[in-house]
Amino acid sequence: MADLRVDLCGKELRTPVIGASGTYGFGGEFSGIVDMNWVGAVSGKGLTLEGKAGNTGVRLYETPSGLINSIGLQNPGVRHFIEHELPAMRALGPAVMANLGGSTIETYEEGARLLDATDVDFIELNISCPNVKAGGIAYGVKAASAHEVVSRVRKCTSKPLIVKLSPNAENITEMALACEDAGADGLSLVNTFQAMAIDLETRRPVFDNVFAGLSGPAIRPIALRMVYQVCKAVNVPVVGLGGIATARDALEFILAGAAAVQIGTANFANPRACEDVARGIAAWMDAHGVKTLDEIRGAAL
Amino acid sequence: MRAQSCEALVLVNEEEATGIRQMRVNLPAGQPEPKAGMFYMLRAWGADEPPLLSRPISVHRWDKETRVLTFLYQVKGKGTEKLAALCHGDRLSLTGPAGNGFPVEAARGKRVAIIGGGIGVAPLLQLAREVHPVAARVDFLAGFRDEVYRVDAFEPYCANIYVATDTGSFGKKGFVTDLLDTEKYDLAYICGPEIMMKNAARLCLAAGLECYVSKEGVMACGLGACLGCTCRTEKGEPVCVCKDGPVFEGSVFYG
Ligand SMILES: Cc1cc2nc3c(=O)[nH]c(=O)nc-3n(C[C@H](O)[C@H](O)[C@H](O)COP(=O)(O)OP(=O)(O)OC[C@H]3O[C@@H](n4cnc5c(N)ncnc54)[C@H](O)[C@@H]3O)c2cc1C
Ligand SMILES: Cc1cc2nc3c(=O)[nH]c(=O)nc-3n(C[C@H](O)[C@H](O)[C@H](O)COP(=O)(O)O)c2cc1C
Ligand code: FES
Repeated sequence: MADLRVDLCGKELRTPVIGASGTYGFGGEFSGIVDMNWVGAVSGKGLTLEGKAGNTGVRLYETPSGLINSIGLQNPGVRHFIEHELPAMRALGPAVMANLGGSTIETYEEGARLLDATDVDFIELNISCPNVKAGGIAYGVKAASAHEVVSRVRKCTSKPLIVKLSPNAENITEMALACEDAGADGLSLVNTFQAMAIDLETRRPVFDNVFAGLSGPAIRPIALRMVYQVCKAVNVPVVGLGGIATARDALEFILAGAAAVQIGTANFANPRACEDVARGIAAWMDAHGVKTLDEIRGAAL
Repeated sequence: MRAQSCEALVLVNEEEATGIRQMRVNLPAGQPEPKAGMFYMLRAWGADEPPLLSRPISVHRWDKETRVLTFLYQVKGKGTEKLAALCHGDRLSLTGPAGNGFPVEAARGKRVAIIGGGIGVAPLLQLAREVHPVAARVDFLAGFRDEVYRVDAFEPYCANIYVATDTGSFGKKGFVTDLLDTEKYDLAYICGPEIMMKNAARLCLAAGLECYVSKEGVMACGLGACLGCTCRTEKGEPVCVCKDGPVFEGSVFYG
């Protein structure tokens, strides 16, 4: 039987499959559906220091093979998370990844300090949310601003710090190198692509914020290309995501060098997607005589 | 109760009125039982086939003994068209039961009006079945645009049934709110188009009735995980339709 365990920044995950931030709640929502033994980690809903009500107007819009969302980082705030959501998330079994967004460097720092004092396993620093004006995307586009926010947050925590990159970065490789240089222990990519839709009846943009984030199968080949480029460039582990829905998709990202993968939008089409992908990877490994993912990781590089 | 996912076998899927269909499926043993006002995320197509998202449909009727779950749905677009194509013996993926459901105990000993507009009658049949044994009296008030459907099914559970149609083709010509004599009731349950729910809830609240509405929202997960279905209360607070709702006290939105 294949050994699905992977090491991510010094922590062992029981499988390489992670529920992606914003699509998996705090994990418990899926616990009646998914056998959590197959889930390596859950990345919780994006947190900000103070809670947020999120965006007004239309929040979800389907495209032929994707989903555009404008949630706007609705969340209860870091303190509320620590007190109310974290204990149950911890008890689920998978490793706990706290996804942290911010508006200013100071709110990122304070959020990271608070999370540092808890038993979360990872901090995933979201410098890439396209849905709030100062939701971090400002830091996610220019490598120099990313370098600054990551180095400042780095000083606030000794937890494994994974920086989540935006595909809207000016240059994804430079961005990745800047974050690695600033002290990131790992990188995850990609977040959603900036997109939009227009309503023919009203002749106006569908979203109150005009632009919103595209995810799902539509972005997968581009996400894969970016993960490949970043894995070629950096030495820290990379978590790949963007449109992954099947074990085959996940294996492509692992062959491109990803240490682990996250599943987002696919959970909506198949709420058991995380378990199905992990089981499918194990089956593929067994069929191909692969004992651990280390044997094949980055084979395409 | 935690929602679960399962594959259900389709027993019947037949047209009830123009563009309105009734589908009965067998809920596999071991799956949690739904209550009135709860819903399922339905998918009759592959995870890799459009539309990307599954579709929320309410429990129209639940028969515990036979484990037959009935949905009543309107064919609107891609998703419901695919549901409409299902035949006896086909498989349907269900995630649920989701949502809070109607507060049935609230009706104990009370005079109850169940008010539906169009396809909004879907969750109200199971509600009538559950409320009937506890309420002092249950009346059903239904409004349709033109064609009337499923009203007969309410007969065993309701003392009086009043129907209005926009076109006057059946019952009173006008809106369902024209049928509502608030003095006759202590409590109302409402489901229908937004404008109808708002008008009906405002009438009820103004008359001092306790009232509950079942809201709609575009849903991705149906589990409270994506926050895509959030809508704002009268006070501007965000609530999650799929998890905090879909049933809310009328005053939350129309106070
Ligand atoms: C909790 C809940 C319970 C529901 N129960 C039932 C039920 O029992 N029976 C039933 O017939 N319908 C029910 N609905 C509505 C049903 O989910 C939608 O009609 C369905 O998703 C439309 O999908 P489609 O792919 O056929 O249409 P689409 O192609 O998605 O849309 C067709 C048209 O309908 C509009 N539309 C789509 N979804 C909604 C929505 N949620 N609210 C308002 N307009 C929408 C679109 O804007 C478009 O104009 C329920 C919705 C919710 C949230
Ligand atoms: C509804 C929704 C909400 C999201 N919220 C967050 C969030 O709070 N923080 C974050 O880092 N990413 C968020 N994302 C992005 C996903 O985590 C993921 O990066 C992206 O959707 C691409 O992966 P996918 O195609 O597998 O969904 C969200 C995505 C969706 C669809
Ligand atoms: S539909 Fe996902 S939170 Fe309600």
